[in-house]
Amino acid sequence: MSELSPPDSSASLAEARRVMNLCNVCSYCTGYCAVFHASEQRPDLTRDDLHYLANLCHNCRACWYACQYAPPHEFAINVPATLARVRHDSYRRYTWPSAFAALLARSGPATLMVSLVATLLIPLLTLILVPWDTLFAVHREAGAFYQVIPWGVMTTVALVTLGTSVLALGIGVARFRRDIGRGAPPASSWWRALPRAAADLLTLRNLDGGGGGCNDVDGRFTQWRRGFHHALFYGFLLCLAATTVAAGYHHLLAWEAPYPVFSLPVLLGTLGGMGMMVGAAGLVWVKRRGDPAPTAAETLPADYALLGLLFAVAATGLMLLALRETATMGLLLALHLGTVLGFFLLVPYSKFVHGAYRGAALLRRAMEQHHGPGTAGKETDKE
Amino acid sequence: MNDVLVIGGGIAAFCAALAARRAGASVQLVDSAPRHLRGGNARHSRNLRLVHDTPSPLFPGRYTAAEFLTDLRRVSGGHMDEDLARLMAERSRELPDWLQAQGVGFQPTSGGMIPWSCKTAFFLGGGKAMINALGRTAEDLGVEILHDTEVLDVQLQAADTHHLPARRGHESLTLSARTVVICSGGYQANPAALSRTWGESAAGFLVRGTPHVRGEILLSLLAQGALPAGVPGACHLVAVNAMAPAADGGIVTRVDGMPWGLVVDRDGRRFQDEGAEITPRRYSFWGRRVARLPGARAHLILDTAGLRRAPPAIYPTRRADTLEGLARALDLNPDILRETVDRYHGALRPDGPEDGHTEGLDPPKTRCALPLNTPPFHAWTMAPGITFTCHGLKVDTRARILMADGEPCDGLYAAGMIMAPSILGTGYVAGAALTVGAVFGRIAGKEAAHRVLKLHPEAEKCLN
Repeated sequence: MSELSPPDSSASLAEARRVMNLCNVCSYCTGYCAVFHASEQRPDLTRDDLHYLANLCHNCRACWYACQYAPPHEFAINVPATLARVRHDSYRRYTWPSAFAALLARSGPATLMVSLVATLLIPLLTLILVPWDTLFAVHREAGAFYQVIPWGVMTTVALVTLGTSVLALGIGVARFRRDIGRGAPPASSWWRALPRAAADLLTLRNLDGGGGGCNDVDGRFTQWRRGFHHALFYGFLLCLAATTVAAGYHHLLAWEAPYPVFSLPVLLGTLGGMGMMVGAAGLVWVKRRGDPAPTAAETLPADYALLGLLFAVAATGLMLLALRETATMGLLLALHLGTVLGFFLLVPYSKFVHGAYRGAALLRRAMEQHHGPGTAGKETDKE
Repeated sequence: MNDVLVIGGGIAAFCAALAARRAGASVQLVDSAPRHLRGGNARHSRNLRLVHDTPSPLFPGRYTAAEFLTDLRRVSGGHMDEDLARLMAERSRELPDWLQAQGVGFQPTSGGMIPWSCKTAFFLGGGKAMINALGRTAEDLGVEILHDTEVLDVQLQAADTHHLPARRGHESLTLSARTVVICSGGYQANPAALSRTWGESAAGFLVRGTPHVRGEILLSLLAQGALPAGVPGACHLVAVNAMAPAADGGIVTRVDGMPWGLVVDRDGRRFQDEGAEITPRRYSFWGRRVARLPGARAHLILDTAGLRRAPPAIYPTRRADTLEGLARALDLNPDILRETVDRYHGALRPDGPEDGHTEGLDPPKTRCALPLNTPPFHAWTMAPGITFTCHGLKVDTRARILMADGEPCDGLYAAGMIMAPSILGTGYVAGAALTVGAVFGRIAGKEAAHRVLKLHPEAEKCLN
């Protein structure tokens, strides 16, 4: 398997092993998040263990400010940046097919390039293939969008690209799950652990810093990153819901888009799109203001590229809604579908994968966690 | 001129500064450490010993003031001041609420992630996170904080204004204030002062906490006739890895796992029953023993089976395939180490409830007496790590420094490890040093502020 590993991963793994071993001896940070107790349960800190811990880490940075061994201390402990590098490497390791791992090696430029090409390709093809008197006409009737881009083309391209991408991501996550399952024996089955893992994922409990919030920008505790991530994530889910409802209207009710402003798909999509824009812009703002010390700077371009792409998907969607009764509708539709195509293609080959690996790691954590207080067990009333 | 000058940067100093500021005084806090090392030894702390009469989210069960006093009396070597200790125990009840009001987070027991303890509460993220919170609140409230600034001396005399010589880098300055609260700790990072008691061994001590606690002010005040507490040169020691940094190594450099191997001195001979102490007191037990050895170093020898049983450590072991090879790597006489191990093996009685013991061996090994026969062999070299000294100032229940005649020195207060020997004597129980610092820091800060505001009622108006 080692031929799959990126060349520098052994250095980042060795550093992560040194860091987390010291954390296991210290164990002051167990109140902040799941990483530290999970690490104590896997004292061997194998490559699989470290990939698991790295994907459990939500990069809240509370442990950086609390660390008595942070630089300039000679132990130079930097958990958030160290685990960010390992996390970054893990995405590449589990990329399927592995030939595409290069897209995650330089994820920022790669995401940007693929999105730009897809975003420009669809309008270009539209300009070439669609007669201009159709493309630049005003369409208001049912099925208006499909007069510009036929329904069959739109859905075929969408289903093929998204289907392939979901399959590719699914294979990567299944392999990741298998590998991180080799650590400590689970205390419960995956289906018993699922509610807890789902709650952790949906509430981002680990971005709560044990109750006070995260050190998003500096030593102060805020809920900004968690809030913006919720806006983006739930906005994204609302957009998915809008698409699903619209598909239901189309197939079950034979009611074709565009739908009225106060119809369910448009309301869901509008709210979701605004949430995505606020969330993506907010996350960029938080990251740009963030203290560089606990940050692995080389992982940021991947974040910015994905956030930019999601912002573009939402923004073009809302523009299309606003201007759909004008002559620009045809090109805006092509532009929006171009961004969506870029996103579909990049689902398994961009920072978007973090959600799937995070979910798998949280599920494993919920399986390994013993419930009830006092399990740490040691008595320390005297020294 | 500030109303209150606080000297120090640990929990006592920040509690004093916050209490004085909240009482309405203008406060300057002067710390000899740079900002990244602020917090004194509290930077490396984790839990705080507290009296509580009912269970709470912070701890199970209860811990009464009487129990706290009994625990202190047992360890203090007869040096505990009953009035101060009782005051500390009673006022420790207020600390969770007060510290949380200053932004300090505690780790609830419900997560199951902290060691079980009904006597101490754990800071969320440990002592540095606690100090970060206190520092942030102090800055927000307008406490003026000077780092990298060392107060050189304090005159032991009652006064309405104090002018203290100080140094910041190469710059000399004079700091003036109406009252002074001294929270500058003991002298554990001052080998010259320690060598008066420990001789040459003192040079081999590693400082576990801040390297900025040299105790010049404490030693000067004692020389000027301040009433002493505790015992000169007495200190809290634990066994740390000899590879640990000369200072600031904190909690992770401790050596553990002695029952799983043999401990030998620099000649390769055993000197102590390795199975004698397995409670949490084992760290300080070994620290004291190692400090008294010639050269202040000892080696924990383990075979591979023993290493597997030892808790995780941050330092790699020295390893060799044979005991002779290990002896050479450790600069020990291979014949003596071989003889030590052979005599041990000859005395092994593998039966019994505690994984075996020895018979006819001096010193015996009373627990975990297993053969050392699985190569490769491993060793960690141990050094005494000094945590704090047990020699300080006596104060009254208002935290005023007492002079030779037993009278308080008006305007001069002390809190934290500089006066903790009045309560802890020559002993220690986990979390109690922080309790002394927090309780007496608050008392000193408030008393200092009240004294100023009483002497200068006009000051109060412009402060609030």
